[in-house]
Amino acid sequence: MEKFLRDSGHLIRPAIVLLAALGLFMVIRGAVVPKGFGQYGHFRPGALADIRQHPIVYAGQATCVLCHDEEGKVRASGKHAHVACEICHGPLAKHADDPAANIPKLPVVATLCARCHEKDTAKPKTFPQVVTAEHSGGMACNDCHKPHNPRL
Amino acid sequence: MEITRRDMLSVGGKLLMIASVGATFEQITGAEPPSDAYRMADHWWGMIIDIDKCIGCGNCVRACSNENQVPKDYFRTWVERYEVPEGYVNPRVSSPQGAINGFPPSKQTSLKSFFVPKLCNQCADSPCVQVCPVGATFVSPDGVVLVDKEYCLGCRYCVQACPYGCRYLHPATETVDKCTLCYHRITQGLTTACCENCPTGARQLVDFKDPKDPVHEFLRNNKVTVLKPNMATQAKVYYKNLDGSVR
Repeated sequence: MEKFLRDSGHLIRPAIVLLAALGLFMVIRGAVVPKGFGQYGHFRPGALADIRQHPIVYAGQATCVLCHDEEGKVRASGKHAHVACEICHGPLAKHADDPAANIPKLPVVATLCARCHEKDTAKPKTFPQVVTAEHSGGMACNDCHKPHNPRL
Repeated sequence: MEITRRDMLSVGGKLLMIASVGATFEQITGAEPPSDAYRMADHWWGMIIDIDKCIGCGNCVRACSNENQVPKDYFRTWVERYEVPEGYVNPRVSSPQGAINGFPPSKQTSLKSFFVPKLCNQCADSPCVQVCPVGATFVSPDGVVLVDKEYCLGCRYCVQACPYGCRYLHPATETVDKCTLCYHRITQGLTTACCENCPTGARQLVDFKDPKDPVHEFLRNNKVTVLKPNMATQAKVYYKNLDGSVR
């Protein structure tokens, strides 16, 4: 036994050093690599939770009609049935969280309606479009049309 | 008992080995499973876009900007207006401010023209993910290409690798930023901000793993394509009736 250790010492010593280095590497790696890295792929799974933490800004129209069901019904019966509330009224998740503290402003009709309905050859031919200057002669759109149900 | 150098080395080596096995074991078992109801394995997200419905109003761009606090003059989604002369020679493409305020009306009547909304194509085999040197960008198990802001070095390899130009370096954080397909919304049962705010339903968020999702009928009944199919990125944003001039 003693003879064996003496004769192969030149092999055992570097082997021990190698193992020690390997162990040190594993310890450092265990400390540095975040928990669960590689659980779903080559990334930190905690990133998924981080990204999901982002606050919601648009409440979604299902939330709006929980309170504003009258307006929802009027809209659902007209051509704007598929136009969600926040398209015109803006992002209102804060208002949905606390209705009293965050009062939404009424949208500016002149720019709002024209954005969709101003005549443009690139728009689909079936989409209702007007040249606003000729169509209204400077009158506001909502003098004639009701925005929630735009029939005259 | 006398302790020789050899004894020290051998005992030290054994201790290190035990410690390293412990550390590795802790790493394998350490991750906790997500606790809430959303199961990533049940979803595979994408989007369908109907060119014939897009009116270029820019609501999607504004909604995205508000929802995700996209810095000014940077865009996660944008709309392009194509004006294509006969024979597809030099189509004119415009996107003023990413169409965040829509488009000035075009007087052009002799050209074929239409709008093309663009966003991250959520490629299943994404070039941007392949080039990331640190594992900061990845395809999530539910099929969304995301960026880990903690890991991103800001080297911009992915910005160059994306064939669709959908990534940018955020000027404040100096990490790469891109469309997350509103990951914070879709994992809570809402649709994306751009789809929520599309007045004509030209954009629709879809889940390929949901057998009841309208996407299956949409893909079966329409002529659809993805952008740059020759890149073989397995993009998951499908366009209906897209013109051949679109790049």
